[in-house]
Amino acid sequence: MKRIEAIIRKTRFEDVKEALLQSDIDWFEYHNVHGIGQSRQERIYRGVQYSTDVIERVALTIVCRDQLVDPTVKVILQVAHTGEIGDGRIFVSDMIDTWSIRTGENGDTVLRDKK
Amino acid sequence: MEEIGISLDTVWMLLAAMLVFWMQPGFALCEAGFTRGKNTANILMKNFVDFMFGSLLFFFVGFGFMFGSDGAGFIGMPNWGDLSFYKGELPVEGFLIFETVFCATSATIVSGAMAERTKFSMYLIYSAVISLFIYPIEGHWTWGGGWLCDDAADGFMMSTFGDVFHDFAGSAIVHSVGGVLALIGALALGPRIGKYAKDGKSRAIPGHNLAMAALGVFILWLGWFGFNPGSQLAASGEVNRVAISHVFLTTNLAAVAGGVATMFLTWFKYGKPSLSLTLNGVLAGLVGITAGCDIVSPLGAVVIGLVCGIVLVFSIEFIDRKLHIDDPVGAASVHGVCGIIGTLMTGLLSTTNGAFYGFGWGFFGAQAFGVLVIDLWAAACGFILFFGIKKLRGLRVDKRIEEEGLDIYEHGENCYN
Repeated sequence: MKRIEAIIRKTRFEDVKEALLQSDIDWFEYHNVHGIGQSRQERIYRGVQYSTDVIERVALTIVCRDQLVDPTVKVILQVAHTGEIGDGRIFVSDMIDTWSIRTGENGDTVLRDKK
Repeated sequence: MEEIGISLDTVWMLLAAMLVFWMQPGFALCEAGFTRGKNTANILMKNFVDFMFGSLLFFFVGFGFMFGSDGAGFIGMPNWGDLSFYKGELPVEGFLIFETVFCATSATIVSGAMAERTKFSMYLIYSAVISLFIYPIEGHWTWGGGWLCDDAADGFMMSTFGDVFHDFAGSAIVHSVGGVLALIGALALGPRIGKYAKDGKSRAIPGHNLAMAALGVFILWLGWFGFNPGSQLAASGEVNRVAISHVFLTTNLAAVAGGVATMFLTWFKYGKPSLSLTLNGVLAGLVGITAGCDIVSPLGAVVIGLVCGIVLVFSIEFIDRKLHIDDPVGAASVHGVCGIIGTLMTGLLSTTNGAFYGFGWGFFGAQAFGVLVIDLWAAACGFILFFGIKKLRGLRVDKRIEEEGLDIYEHGENCYN
C-alpha cells in the first residue's frame, strides 16, 4: 500500500480528476495549496507591486494498493503534463496500515479499488 | 397646483432613475454569482465600464441620436453635449439621467453572456458602440418619436396595422436588444473551455456564489419598480397615480408568476426545484411584462409571467444543448427571448386593443413587426461588431488566461484573496 502525492497545475485538475476516476482510483483527496517558487508573476494591487512568488497549485493525495501505483503515476504524468516550467511533482511513500471505520476491517483490502 | 404637479412628476422620475441605476449592481452581482470566482473582478469591471461609458456617450451623443429630430423618424441629430434642443415639460437634465440609466441597462445585459473569456479591451469597444449607436437609434424609432410609434393616420404603422408599436418600458427596446447582442456576442466568442465535451455534450460549470446571484436578482426586482412604473414619467393627478400603481402590481405579479412557473417546471423536468433557474425565471417574468405593464390586466400579467417562466427553461436548454452557444448567465434567454415574447403577448393581452379582447390582430401585427425590426437592427449591428472585432483583433483571451482566470491576467487583481 502506497501514498501518492501529486502537486499539479490548477488548470490541469479537471482533466486529471477525470483520468483518475476512469482508471481505477475510487476516491482521493485534493487541496488548493500555495507554494513559494521560482516562477514569478508580476501582480499589482492599487498600483503597488506585491508578492510575486506565490504560486497556486492543487495537491492530490491518493492511497492505493501496490499494483495500482505504476498505472496511477503514469496517468498523472500524462495528463498533468504541459511541458512548461511548473508542471509539478509526484511523490510516492509507504503506508503502514489502514482500517475501515464503518466495518472495522483492517489491511489494504479496505481500499475498494476495482482491481 | 400645476406647478406642484410637475415637481411631483420630476421627483418621481428621478426616484425611478435611482431605482433603475440600482439595477447595475443587480446585474453585477447576478453575473458575478453565476460565474467562477477567478473571473469576478473582470465581470464587476465590465459592469462599471458599461455604466461609465454609457453615461458619458449618451450625454454627449446618444441623447441627440435618440431624442433629436431628423424629420423622418429614423435617426436623430447627435447633440454633442448640448441639451437645449429638447423641449419637454420635465426638466431636460433629469430626463437625460432617466434615459441614461435605461441605455446603460441595455448595455450591461451583454457582459454576462460573454463572461469568463472576452478580452477586456475588446469589450470596451462593444460597450461604447451600443451606448453610442445601437441603442439610441432603435430608441429613436420608438421613444424618440420615430416611425414605429408615429401615430399620424398616414404614417407607415397606422396605415399598415392601424396601430402603433407599444413598448411601455422596454421589453423590446432595452431587453431584447441586449439579449440579441448577448446571443451574437456569445456565438462569436465560442464556448468556454470545458463547456462542451468532445462528443458535444453540454457540461455544467457551476457559478461560484448563488447567494450573490440571488441578492443580485432581488436588487434587479427592486430596480424594476423604477424601470416600469417610472416609465409613466408622471405621478401627479388621478390618471397617473392610478397608472403607476397598476404598473407596480402587474410588474410584481409577472415576476412572481415567472419564478413560480420556472420553479415547478424545473422540479418536474429535472427532479428538483432549481434555484439558479428560478432566479432567471423571476427575471424572465419581469422582462416579459415590461412592454405591456400599463395596458394588460393583473391577470394578464400573471399569464405573461407564466409563459415567460416556462419558455425560459426551454430556451436555455435549446441555446445550450442544441445551438451550443455558451451563455453562462442565460442573458440571451432571459432578455432576448422573453423580451420578444413579452412584446408579442402585449399584442394579445392588451385590454385596450389586444387580440384576445376582441380588438382584432392589427395591434399584434404592429408588435410583431416592431420587435422584428428592432431585433434585426440589433442582430445586424451585433454581427458586424462582434465578428468584425473577432476578425481584426481577436475577441477572446489566450487559453492560459482563460484557464487561470481573467482577474490576474487582465486586471492584476483577484476578487478573493
